[in-house]
Formats: sequence, structure tokens, C-alpha cells
Amino acid sequence: MEAIASAAPAKDASIGRRVALLMRNSKGFPIPLAVAMVAPLLIGLAVAFVQPVGQLLATSLWHPDFTLVEYQRIGATPLYFRIIARTFLLATTVTVAALLLGYPVALFLARLSGWRLTVATACIMLPLWTSVLVRSYSWIVILQRNGLLNTFLQWLGVINAPLPLLYNELAVVVAMTHVLLPYMILPIWAALRAMPRDLPLAAESLGANGPRVFWHVVLPLSMPGVASGTLMVFILALGFYVTPALVGGPRTLMLATLIGQQTIELLNWPFAGALAAVLLVTTLVLVAAFNRFLGLDKKAAS
Amino acid sequence: MSLASLRDRLSIIEPIRGGAVSIDAVVKHYGSQTAVAGVNLEIEPGEFVALLGPSGSGKTTLLMMIAGFEQASEGAVRIDGADVSWMPPHRRNIGMVFQKYALFPHMTLIENVAFPLRMRGHTATERKRDAAAALRLVGLDGMERRLPGQLSGGQQQRVALARAIVYRPPVLLMDEPLGALDKKLRERMQIEIKRLQASLGATVIFVTHDQDEALTMADRIAVMNHGKIEQVGTPIDLYERPANVFVASFIGETNLLEAIIVGAEESAWVLRLVNGSVVRATPAAASTPVPANGKTVKMAIRPERIVLREPGEGLVRGTVGEVIYAGSSLIYFIQIGDAGSLTVRVPVQSIGPRPSRGDTVFLSWDAVNALAY
Repeated sequence: MEAIASAAPAKDASIGRRVALLMRNSKGFPIPLAVAMVAPLLIGLAVAFVQPVGQLLATSLWHPDFTLVEYQRIGATPLYFRIIARTFLLATTVTVAALLLGYPVALFLARLSGWRLTVATACIMLPLWTSVLVRSYSWIVILQRNGLLNTFLQWLGVINAPLPLLYNELAVVVAMTHVLLPYMILPIWAALRAMPRDLPLAAESLGANGPRVFWHVVLPLSMPGVASGTLMVFILALGFYVTPALVGGPRTLMLATLIGQQTIELLNWPFAGALAAVLLVTTLVLVAAFNRFLGLDKKAAS
Repeated sequence: MSLASLRDRLSIIEPIRGGAVSIDAVVKHYGSQTAVAGVNLEIEPGEFVALLGPSGSGKTTLLMMIAGFEQASEGAVRIDGADVSWMPPHRRNIGMVFQKYALFPHMTLIENVAFPLRMRGHTATERKRDAAAALRLVGLDGMERRLPGQLSGGQQQRVALARAIVYRPPVLLMDEPLGALDKKLRERMQIEIKRLQASLGATVIFVTHDQDEALTMADRIAVMNHGKIEQVGTPIDLYERPANVFVASFIGETNLLEAIIVGAEESAWVLRLVNGSVVRATPAAASTPVPANGKTVKMAIRPERIVLREPGEGLVRGTVGEVIYAGSSLIYFIQIGDAGSLTVRVPVQSIGPRPSRGDTVFLSWDAVNALAY
């Protein structure tokens, strides 16, 4: 009896140790505490995102019996196919424009330090803190019939009558590129800043001139930043609602705007659900393909 | 790696014709700061020169000006007589090894080493052959397809070395290349780099703040402080005949004592220490005129050049403070009255007294080993 009594606490201790070990993940952080800390976010996401989106998608397939009629409607109507194609084309154009405009800015930022860096960072971040609505309206002010650009061009004498600059695809591309540019600049800048300063110097000492240092060293090492920037801008552009709705015209209807119309104006929820499903699936497929393609580069750079 | 295997591998690469580097009255300002304050240095082809100094002494700035990453505010840098002061780095044909290796993380080892050859327009076949030979030279054959991230620090530095010599540059610059390695590996790499340089024949300019490294590797050392060269000389010159108090205390250990001139002999000055002992010391520069009696000078003596004596035999009387056993030697801290404390290093195997803490001892030294400034 005594032997058993004395062995029991020892066994308890070892169980306690095992529980303590189980409670900790590899970084020594208790798992229950971690769960408790993410729980509010998870619950919020479940209630405000997963459930409504799930319900919307479900509505497109069951109302009340299972049907594919909404999807057949999308497939059978050339207009809807054109809108989807236009959405992806616009998103691609905006992404490419943001990359071409954003990369040089990121490169320039990466060379700054001290107060210049502070000022430049503020210039990049400030638009992010400004409402998308305000930024889109500012483009209306610039591009409208009697807007800044038309007035200026007429004053210069380049044109006689105002150009139709607003309510077309070009206006959408310009405004969306402007709005989404910070999402391209920031990750590229981060990648460039993480690159050791020695590397371009080494390349130079080994006989590479400026353009070749960029092409062989700086550009490949900034690819992870380019990848995340591109992905972020592309995904945001695909679902962009405010800017195309404001500066785009009836002939530049995009998918998000169409979904908005179906839900708010026509109250055709099943069809909106089907459109949302098409957008979601296509985006996921593209992102997966993109990740697979650029994931290899990322591995090489690390 | 053994010397024999190094010789075998060295046959892979033909010797390099070393370049002469001439630094002519070079000054570098950064705004109101002066990083390099007028440096002259002539480096012979094939010479191994170390730029040694504390941080902020201007040694790295000087190296960056030779590499072309910085432009001199005044003066000129010449390589084989040609002024390269305004030539961009990529046209100088100089090899450079960085402290943090600076290997391109997205390229395999062979691509890293072939990079300078690619920039020089060599064919793919040449590149592959020469880069593989350079990797073999540093003992990394078989690892051509690895990425730098998969290597240890020492291996990465070997790759950096291979990359810097594969195009056979006449001048090789090294910026604290062993600073990031642990002590054992650092000492092995010192010998290896020295042998490699001696066999290849390239001129090497090597920046370090580690005096042991400079003494081990360099043919000549330029000791820098506050943007100026304090002394240039062989390791023996610097250790035995430091030109000034800075060099004496920077290279190796040294005891510095204040003393007053009380006379002069043929090759030595007669000094009186603060505690009253009269000793002899050699003037650091033979040409220096004897200062007037009563003038204060500094006397420098190395710890291992002081001899412990039986009472009555020595010149200077002192009291033993701490005694430290350092393996091959014993280190005594000896208080000599008001004149200060002297560190004395005595080989464990030597004969003579073995005083302990609190004992009275007598010290003496050869006048040639004590230098007066």
C-alpha cells in the first residue's frame, strides 16, 4: 500500500508534465491561450463572413430545390461573360500598371534614409488612410468634362472641345491604379529593404554595370515582394466596387458592380450568388496557379 | 586542408600577375567629418598588406575608395600607374571579399562563381570550366548545385573567395573577411588565405581590426587611427619598433610608464621613473635628438621582455599584486611604487624566482627592449 501511495504522486507529476507539454506548441506558447486570443476574430469571421457568403452561394444552388439555372443563365448570356472577361482584363491591366509605376517608387524609397524616408513613407501611406470614395471623387474632379485636365488641355490649345475622359475603361484603370498603388509599393519596398546592401556592391565589384546589377541581383531578389504586391492588387482589383461604380460608365460594368445591382436593386439573390461563386472560384484558381508559379522563385530567394 | 592538397589544387589556376596599388595623398570628407585625412601608401605587386586599426579609423573607407564604391575628396588612387579615382567599380577589375560573404542567395554556388565571368562575356563552356576549377581550389568541389543558404559560414566565405579570384584580378580587396567566423575557423582560414595568396601572386589589401590576424597574414601592416596611417611596416617592425605610443599599445600588449630624462648614453636615454628608479631605454626613432634633462617622456616595454630577479640584481623594486596562470605563461601585475603597475609575462618553463602575492620583487630589462617616446 505504501509503495502504491508513494508511486501515485510521481505518476501524477509525469502526467502533469505531459499535459504541460501538450499545452505548449513549439514556441512555448500555451495552445488554449492562443485559441482564446483568436476566438473573437474567428467568431466574428464566422458570423459576418463565412455564414452570409455560404448562404449566398447556397441560394444560387438551392431555391428551394437544387438547380443550376442561375449558372446556365450566366453561361447562356454573352453580356455576363463579357462582364466577367472585362473584370479580369481590367484587373490585369491595373495590376500591370501598378507594377510598372510602383516598382521604381519602391526602388527609390529603398535608397532613402532619415527624414527623407519619413516624408516619403508619409506620401505613400497617406492615400491609404484617405477614403477610397474621396480618392475616386478626386478623379472625377480631374477627368470630368469641365475638369482640371480638360480645362488645362484647352488652355494649352492642344484640344478644341473637351475630351470624354470620364465614365470609360481608361478612367477606371487610372483611378483604380492610383487607389491600389500603395498595395504594390509596400511589399516590393519591404523586399528591397531586406536585401543586404553588400549584394549590389559585390555584383558591381565583379564587373556588373548598373543595369546588369539590377537585372541579375536586385530584380530577382525583390521577386517575393513583386509576387505579394501583384497578388494583392490583382485580388483587390477583381472585387473593386466603389471606384468602377463612380468613374466607370454603364459600358464599363464590372462584376462587383453587377453583383451589387443584382442584390440591392433587383433583389435577385440567387443570381448574385452565382456571380459571386464564379468570381470566387476563378480568383482562387488564378491565385493557386500564380502561387505555384512564383512559389518556386520564392524558395530560391530564401 | 593540408598543404599538399592545396598545391595539387593550385595547379588548377595559373598564377596571377599582381598589380601595384598607389594611394596618393587621399582625403575623404563626409560633410564636416573627415574619414580619411591624407593617406599615402605604396603597395608592391604581389604584396599582402593589412590595413589595421580600431573602428572609425578610416581603414574601411580607404578600402572602399580603392574598390571604387567611394570617391576620394582629394588625392588619387592608382593601379599599375593608371589613375582609377573616377573609374566605376565594375571597370576596375578588382576582386572583393566582403565580411558577410555577399553571395547571391538566388544563385547556386557555380552560378555565383561564374557571375564575374558571365559579366566579362566568357562562353558558357569557359564559365563552367573556370568556375568549377575555382570551387575545387577552395575545396568545395561537388557542391556546385547548392545554394549559399545551405552552407556554413566558413564554406560561404570560401565561395566568396573563389568568386573573387576566378577572373584572376590583379588586386584582391578583403573587408574583414573572417570577422563573422568563430576563432578556430578564423585561424585556419588565415593560414589558407595566406597560402592561396602566396601561390596565386595577387596583390591583397586586407582590412581588419584584429592585430593577430594582421600579424599572421600580412607582409606589411599599415596601422591606421583617426583617418591617418600611424605606421607602415612588417609585423616585426611594428612589434619591435612601434613608431609611436599608439602603435605600441595597439599592437600586442605593452606597459607604458611616464619617465623623466636625466641623461643620455651612446644609444640609450637614461630615464628616472616616478618612484625614483633610474633605467635605460632606446629612443623609438634613432634620429630623435635627446630631449633636455627634466623633460617628460613615455617609456614602453612589452610584458614578456621584463625579467624577474632576485633582490639586489634588478633595477626596479616592486610588489607583486595579482598572479594569473595563463597556461604557457604566468602573468604578474607588479606595483612599482608611485610609478604605476607593470604587467610581466614569464614563461612557465623559465628559471628564476616565482614570487607570490605581496612579495617584493626586482625587475630588469635590456635597454634595447624598452622604447622611449
